[in-house]
Amino acid sequence: MSKSSLKQTLKDLDTKKISIRELNQDYLKRVKENENLNIFIHFSEENVLKQIDNLENDNSAKKLKGIPIAIKDLFCTKSMPTTAASKILENFNPTYESFVTQKLLDEGSIFVGKTNLDEFAMGSATNTSFFGNTINPLSKENEPLAPGGSSGGSAAAVAADLCLGATGTDTGGSIRQPASFCGVVGIKPTYGLCSRWGIAAFASSLDQAGIFSHNVEDASILLQSIAGFDQRDSTSAKVDIPNYFENLDDDLNGKTVGIPKEYSIDGTPMEISQIWEDAIKVLEKKGVKIKNISLPHTKYALPTYYIIAPAEASSNLARYDGVKYGFRSEEIDSLDEMYENTRAQGFGREVKRRILIGTYVLSAGYYDAYYLKAQKVRKLIADDFNKAFKECDFIVTPTAPSAAFPLNEKQNDPIKMYLNDVFTVPASLAGLPGISIPFGKDKNNLPLGIQILGKHFDEQQVFNAAVSLERSYE
Amino acid sequence: MNDLIKGEKYDWEMVIGLEIHAQVKSNSKLFSSSSTRFGSSPNSQVSLVDAAMPGMLPVINKYCVEQAVKTGVGLNAKINNYSVFDRKNYFYADLPQGYQISQYKYPIVGEGKVTIDFKDGTSKDIRIVRLHLEQDAGKSLHDQNPSKTYVDLNRSGVALMEIVSEPDIRTPDEAGMYISKIRSILMYLDTCDGNMQEGSLRADVNISVRKPGDKYGTRCEIKNLNSIKFIKQAINYEAKRQIEILESGGSIEQNTMLFNTSTGKTRPMRNKEEAHDYRYFPDPDLLPLEISKEEIGKIKSSIPELPDELKNKFIENYKLSNYDASVLTAEKQTSDYFNETINSDPELKNHAKIVVNWITSELFSLLNKNNQDLNNSPVSPENLGQLIKLISTNEISGKIAKDVLEDMFSSGKTARQIVDEKGLQQVTDQGEIAKVIDEVIAENPKMVEQYLAGKDKLLGFFVGQAMKLTKGKANPKMLNDILKQKLNKKN
Repeated sequence: MSKSSLKQTLKDLDTKKISIRELNQDYLKRVKENENLNIFIHFSEENVLKQIDNLENDNSAKKLKGIPIAIKDLFCTKSMPTTAASKILENFNPTYESFVTQKLLDEGSIFVGKTNLDEFAMGSATNTSFFGNTINPLSKENEPLAPGGSSGGSAAAVAADLCLGATGTDTGGSIRQPASFCGVVGIKPTYGLCSRWGIAAFASSLDQAGIFSHNVEDASILLQSIAGFDQRDSTSAKVDIPNYFENLDDDLNGKTVGIPKEYSIDGTPMEISQIWEDAIKVLEKKGVKIKNISLPHTKYALPTYYIIAPAEASSNLARYDGVKYGFRSEEIDSLDEMYENTRAQGFGREVKRRILIGTYVLSAGYYDAYYLKAQKVRKLIADDFNKAFKECDFIVTPTAPSAAFPLNEKQNDPIKMYLNDVFTVPASLAGLPGISIPFGKDKNNLPLGIQILGKHFDEQQVFNAAVSLERSYE
Repeated sequence: MNDLIKGEKYDWEMVIGLEIHAQVKSNSKLFSSSSTRFGSSPNSQVSLVDAAMPGMLPVINKYCVEQAVKTGVGLNAKINNYSVFDRKNYFYADLPQGYQISQYKYPIVGEGKVTIDFKDGTSKDIRIVRLHLEQDAGKSLHDQNPSKTYVDLNRSGVALMEIVSEPDIRTPDEAGMYISKIRSILMYLDTCDGNMQEGSLRADVNISVRKPGDKYGTRCEIKNLNSIKFIKQAINYEAKRQIEILESGGSIEQNTMLFNTSTGKTRPMRNKEEAHDYRYFPDPDLLPLEISKEEIGKIKSSIPELPDELKNKFIENYKLSNYDASVLTAEKQTSDYFNETINSDPELKNHAKIVVNWITSELFSLLNKNNQDLNNSPVSPENLGQLIKLISTNEISGKIAKDVLEDMFSSGKTARQIVDEKGLQQVTDQGEIAKVIDEVIAENPKMVEQYLAGKDKLLGFFVGQAMKLTKGKANPKMLNDILKQKLNKKN
């Protein structure tokens, strides 16, 4: 069965070709058939049926009425538990709804369930979850592949057609890389476009909500729904949100694309260099001027990211202490012991590793050499992009240095795992919008992604370039 | 000036600096909209942000920022257009976020100064290093259950101003005067309610001792003192402790101390090695705080008259001494009361010193005795003014006036009513006074003889007798004059 798009489904619902119930029962069926992929941390058929009932009794017009959406389990939701894939929040039921999910509820969408992720969004393979690995739906039998991460559950949910769209969060590539691995579209908008209110924090200055979908048009519809200013988030931007979908324009004639030379990295598989070249050729044919640009500080992006993100995480995760909510160790004889045992037992290895790194780089005597220096480099990286965007309208690069890898391949080598973010992290540090779209396959017939980066709050240009490449590829 | 204290071997000088934590007067917390009301039932004023639920974010309360700027202006300090909120990371059960949002490198207010006034008419400036905004923590309740600690988060997130002084203070008295002055300025500005008992104003004291002229010694910090009395006690004890160590050849360890209010002693809480590494870094949830010159100007123009300005005005207008004027202006309610009293009758302006005395000694002692406050004084400024007018026009004597005031205090009647009802007007009729004196002289011939023989002290006896006969109403000066006249005639 071919996957139907969000755009088409909205039409079909509108013309009553299909009912909300029929539509969602179809998705429910597939969710149940794919339980082995471990895509959802929380799924309750009853909950979905209740939502259908409610919508059937609701006569108001809503933009996404009846559309099944999967929610990354980092967004706090009232109707479902929220775990951040951590034992420490195993039984946490928020009394509040995140900004982004509230917007989706207001538009009438149906939440299929809460998707798996790396614990507290720390990882690139959805293999640090307390609730086990998620398996990439594109895996061949007996050869399970990683879906990427941290939003691997959401990417897999779209790839397995268990929903018409999914929310994700992207701190260093957590939307774009799994989108690439699962062969779906994933957009991380400009930092500040979507409120962080109600999203369990990983690294506050980098975390940004975004969307997975089957195609660029659908992503443009869904992003508009979750974007907007929120006074409860001091870093939320006061910008007008255009109607990205209505404004989609695949005519790129006269535009300039920047091709950063620093993204040609030794050891990048041939196939990835190849799709990058293919994309450039397609753009050239469409009348796009090709501009070779330089982002000289790119090579410092990964170390910079792996100082700043853990530093913020070490502080953000201090609230999980066993005092107020969440898991508390049974073995406690003193306050210090409560902290030590609760956090030792409640957090997984990767989270602990990053808390340790973050604590270290903020410590007296190391702060200047690590955290402060990283902040300075971050500024240089942002300046690189600002300079580059004076000469081009958007930038095109590969999304990830490889296709989906076997599930357990990099389990015990954190540095190798961190290298997955090499192409996505620079834009995160600069707060820029980026999208990954499927663009070609490797020799094993696994999808490869192309990343398009735009100027701050120029999501429209990112969508336009993406839809143009997508249509030429189809 | 001798501010030195004597040890066994040497004279020592104390070097003291204060960190004052003043709760910002505001209906809601620094980063959330929860109420700040004191004394509410535990955990009834806690928002999702205050409890540090996952995904909750702080949003700055603009009113608290204005209050800090106002305070900065009142401390004659530099207001910084750019300041940054940092996270101070440490674990404690009543610190739900696992960090306190504070200001570290870039505080909202920079260097300033306040002036303290001594009884002898001199004064001294204490320099302020900075004022920054920060969140208060919650409260751990250890006394509710024998084996458990409970946490009350009502106070969690309440806005505090930390005001840090230079080590310019040299005596416990100066420390007390300094904190009183800060308290006074904050209360005039209405930026803190100044209630030390409820913890709205508390101080950490840094203290070291040195031989005069030496460089600073190693200091200890005494944490969380919430009364001026305790501050002075703690300083005295701690200085003595340090001197004893130094004089017996030891050295001071840089410790953080706690003061036990029942024993009056300090004891170490943690030493330098055990000190926290707070891992300060800018809070990524908050943008740097930027305040324009215009906003600062607007806040400046809204500031009321402050104690020092008012003090100078009192000195100028009423020829009061520096000390009297500073006592009057120490609390806003006192200066308000004085203003209302002295303005209740045009005559009183010429008797300002008498007005001061009646307020600060007679009325204050009555209020103290009855555990009352100037704000709810049973004697209104107008009525006190009337009483003073009666004194200044010789209608009643000062001595009788004291009784009248007590009567006013308990009955609520006016001075005029009491004087009229009880017939307390002074006897100023020369003839009447002379008659009484004649009587006294006639009844005490022996005394008169002794007086005339040179025992001048007996004059007081005759005055007393005559006063007794007039029930104290005789005008004392007239009585004296006539008495002397008559006695001398006998010679």
